[in-house]
Amino acid sequence: MNTLILRTVAPVITALMLLFSVFVLLRGHNEPGGGFIGGLIAASALAIFGIAHGPGAVQRAIRFHPMAIAGTGLCLATVSGLASLFAGVPFMSGLWIYPDILGVEVPLSTVMSFDIGVYLVVVGAITAIALALETETEDDAGTGEGSR
Amino acid sequence: MAAVAPAWTFIALFLPFLAALPAPVLTSRFGHRAAWLVAIAPALSFLHFCRFLGEISRGEVVTGGYAWAPSLNLSFSWFIDGLSLTFALLITGIGTLIVIYSGGYMKGHPHLGRFLSFILLFMGAMLGLVLSDSFLMLFVYWELTSIASFLLIGFDHEREAARRAALQALVVTGAGGLSLLAGLVFLWNVTGVTQLSLLVHLGDALRMSPFYLPALFLVLGGAFTKSAQFPFHFWLPNAMEAPTPVSAYLHSATMVKAGVYLLMRLNPVMGGTPAWEILLPFFGGVTLIAGTLIGIRQTDLKLMLAYTTMASLGLLIMLTGFGSPHAIEAAVLYLVAHSLFKGALFMVAGAIDHGTGTRELPLLGGLRRAMPITFAAALLAACSMAGLPFFAGFLAKEEIYAALAAGNPRAVFFTIAALAGNALMVAIALAIGLKPFIGERKDTPHTPHEAPLALWLGPVVLAALGLVSGIAAPLLHTYVSSPMASAIIDEPTVVTITTIPHFGLPLVLSVLTVALGVLVYWQLDRARSLMAQMLEGLGPGPDRWFDHLVTGLVRLAFGLTRIIQPGRLEIYITVTFILVALTLLVPLFAFGELPDMPAWPSGLLVQEAAFFVIAALGIIAVLRAADRLTAIVSLGIQGFAVAVIFLLFGAPDLSFTQFMVETLSVVILTLVMTRLRLSVSDHRPVSQIVLDTTIAVACGLGFALLLLKAVGRPFDPFMTEFFNAYSKVIAHGANVVNVIIVDFRGTDTLGEIAVVMVTGLAVLALIKLRAGRSPQ
Repeated sequence: MNTLILRTVAPVITALMLLFSVFVLLRGHNEPGGGFIGGLIAASALAIFGIAHGPGAVQRAIRFHPMAIAGTGLCLATVSGLASLFAGVPFMSGLWIYPDILGVEVPLSTVMSFDIGVYLVVVGAITAIALALETETEDDAGTGEGSR
Repeated sequence: MAAVAPAWTFIALFLPFLAALPAPVLTSRFGHRAAWLVAIAPALSFLHFCRFLGEISRGEVVTGGYAWAPSLNLSFSWFIDGLSLTFALLITGIGTLIVIYSGGYMKGHPHLGRFLSFILLFMGAMLGLVLSDSFLMLFVYWELTSIASFLLIGFDHEREAARRAALQALVVTGAGGLSLLAGLVFLWNVTGVTQLSLLVHLGDALRMSPFYLPALFLVLGGAFTKSAQFPFHFWLPNAMEAPTPVSAYLHSATMVKAGVYLLMRLNPVMGGTPAWEILLPFFGGVTLIAGTLIGIRQTDLKLMLAYTTMASLGLLIMLTGFGSPHAIEAAVLYLVAHSLFKGALFMVAGAIDHGTGTRELPLLGGLRRAMPITFAAALLAACSMAGLPFFAGFLAKEEIYAALAAGNPRAVFFTIAALAGNALMVAIALAIGLKPFIGERKDTPHTPHEAPLALWLGPVVLAALGLVSGIAAPLLHTYVSSPMASAIIDEPTVVTITTIPHFGLPLVLSVLTVALGVLVYWQLDRARSLMAQMLEGLGPGPDRWFDHLVTGLVRLAFGLTRIIQPGRLEIYITVTFILVALTLLVPLFAFGELPDMPAWPSGLLVQEAAFFVIAALGIIAVLRAADRLTAIVSLGIQGFAVAVIFLLFGAPDLSFTQFMVETLSVVILTLVMTRLRLSVSDHRPVSQIVLDTTIAVACGLGFALLLLKAVGRPFDPFMTEFFNAYSKVIAHGANVVNVIIVDFRGTDTLGEIAVVMVTGLAVLALIKLRAGRSPQ
C-alpha cells in the first residue's frame, strides 16, 4: 500500500477530511452530523495518513497519545454534564449563552462542548487501536522479511 | 447499684478494637513491656462488666444499643443476661491475663505488636459475639472470630503446617458460619424477630414450626464446626500450630465455646424436642470419648490439652442437649471450671516449653525444683480438671453425675460415656500437671528455669480462682452459675451444690472416676501404645478427608476452567453466536411469534432496487472470494450499499455513520488479519465450514425474523411526535437525531463514550500484552 500516489495525496486528503469532520461536528445540532460521525471521519482520516506514512508520522502529527485525547474528551463531556449543577438544574441539562463575536451572535452551549467530548473520545479510542495494530504489523513485517 | 450508662457499655465493647490499633506502635516503642500497657484495655472492659453483676444476680436483664440503619430495622444492640455476662467476664478477664502472658511468651519476637493486635481483634470480636442482640451482629462477629483465628493460627506464616492449619480452621468454621447465617435467616422468617432478647421468650413458636428441623440442622452446622464436634473436630488439634497464648485463649477458653454459647442461648426456643435431645448428646458423647481416647495417645503437652478440650466441648454439648435443669447447671459449672483450668494448663504448657525448650512429655521430668511456681499452678489446675474436692471442677463433676444418674434408662449410656471420658481426663490432668514435675531430672534442650512474672501470673491467677470458686461456691452460684442457668433454662433457677461431699450415687461415681483415672495414669505408656494401635487400625481420619476434599475441589476447578475457558477465540466466538441464534430463534418458535410473510414492496424505484442487488452481490462476493482480503473488501461493498439504502430512505445521520464504520472496519480488519499472520486464503475443513455456515445462517435468520416481527407491529408515533415537537423548542436543535444523542438522552451517551474509551484501553492492553510475550 506504500504507493507513491497514496503517499503524495494522503496529507491533502487527511487535511480535508479533518476539516470536514470539524464541520460535520459543529453543524450537527441542526443538520445531519454530530460528534460521533465527526469523530469517525477524523479517525478515518488519521487511518489513511497512517497507512500512507506509518504510525510514527501520525503520532508525531497529533502530538498527544490518542488515549490521552480520548480521556480529555471523556472529561470534557462529564464536565459539560456537571456544569448544569451550578445552575441549579438537573445533571446534563443543556445551558446556552449567546455572546456577540465580531458583530455576530454565536450560540454556545454545554450541549456543544459535550458533543466535542464525544468527538474526541471517538477519534482518540479508534486511532489508538488502529495505531497499535499498525505498529505491531510493521514490526512483524520487519522480522518476517529478516527471517526469510 | 445505679444503672450503667449505655455509652460506657458501647465503649467497653469497642475497647479491645481500639487497643489493637496502637499495639504495634507501643511495642516498637516499649518492647515486650507494651503488653502490660495494652492489657489495661481488656482490664477496664472486665471492670465495666463486673458492674452488671449485682443487677444480673437479681434476675434482671440489660439491653441497650443504638439504631444503625432504622430503614432496614437494623440496630447495634446488646443483650446482657446471666449467660452473656459470664462469657463477657471470661473473655475480658482471661483476655487480660493472656495479653500479659503473650508479652512474656513472645518476648523478642519481631512481630509481637502484630500478635497483640490480632489477640485484641479477636477479643473484641468474641465479646461482640456473646453480647450481640441482633442476629446480624451475631453473625458478623461470629465470622470475625473465624478470621481472627485464621490470622492467629497462621501467625507463624513461614511454616507450611501453620498455613495449612489456618486455612483448614477458616474453611471449616467459615462454612459453619454460612450454615449459621442460613439458620438465623430461618429463625427470622419463622418467628419474625431479629433480636435474641425477644427470641428467647417466644416459647413454642419455633418448635411448632414445620421449619424447625432445617433450622436446627443449620444452626447445629454452625455450632458443631465452631465447637469442634465430631466429625468436624479435626481443625482444633491442628490449630495448635498457633503460639501457645492463642491455644490457651481462643482454642480452649473462649472461641471454641461460641458454639456451646449459641446452643445454650437457643435452648429456651429450640431445646427440649426429641431431635435436640438425641442429636446433641449423641454427637457430644462421641466427641467426648473420641477426644479423650486420642488425647491419651499424644505425647505433646499442647496436643494432649487440645484433645481434652475437644472432649470437654463434647461434654458441654452433651449436657446442654440432655434436657434436664440439673444437666444445664452441670454444663454451666463445667464451662466456668473448664475455662479456668484449661486456660491455666495451656499457659503452664507454654511456660514449660519456654523454660525447657520442649513440650514432649517423655522428655520432661523433675522440674519441681527448677519451676516451683509453675508447678504449683499446674497442680492446682490439674486438681480442678481431675475434679478433686474443694475445686470448681469437683462441683461440675458432682452436678454432672447428679444430672445423668437421675433415673431414666437412656441416661445409663450417657453416664457411662461421662464416666469413661472423665476418668481419662483425670489421667491426662495428672500427666500434664504432675508428671513433668516429679521423678528424675531429665536432660532438656534448655537448662530448666522458672518462668518470669508475665508467664506465671496468668496460670497462677486462673488456677487459684479454680480453688477459690470451689470453696466459695455459694458466692459463685449467686453471681455466676444461678443467673447463667436461669438464662439458659429461661426460668429462675438456683444452683446449690457445694464442695462438701455428700454421700450418694454421684459421689460413688466421682470416686470411681478418680480411681480409674489414677489407674490409667499409672499405666500411661501401655494405654498410649494400645491407643496408637487402635487408631492405626481405624485408618485415616477426617483430617485426611479434608486434604482430599481440597485437592478434589482444586482439580474440579481446574477441569471446569479448562472446559469453559479454553483460551481459544474460535470456541468463545462459536459459543457466543450459537447462544445468540438460540436466544433469537427459540422464543420466536416456542411462543408461536413468527412474523407474517411481508408483502412484496410496491412502488420500489429502480435506484433503490439496484442498491439491494449490490448489497446481495457483495455477500455473494464474500462467499466466493479467493482470499481473505477480497472477502473483507467485499463485505465493505455490502456495508456501503446498506448505507446508501439508509440515505435513500431518509436517515442521513445513520447513513453517514454507516459509511464511516464500514470504512474503518475494512481498515481495522485488514490490520488485524495481517497482525494475526493468517494464511492468505481460507483452509477450513468441510465439516468446520458446514458448522460455521449453519451458525451464521441461524443468526441471520434470527435477526431477520425478529426485525420483521418488530416492524410488523403498528408503529407508535408517540416518541416521534414528542421529539419533533420539542427538539427545536426546548433543546434548540433542528436535527432530532443529534438532539436525542447529546441532550434528551445525553446521560446514555456519556455512558457509551465511557464504554468506547474503556474498550480502547482494553484493546490496547491486549495488543501490548501479546507483543510483550512474542519472542523478539
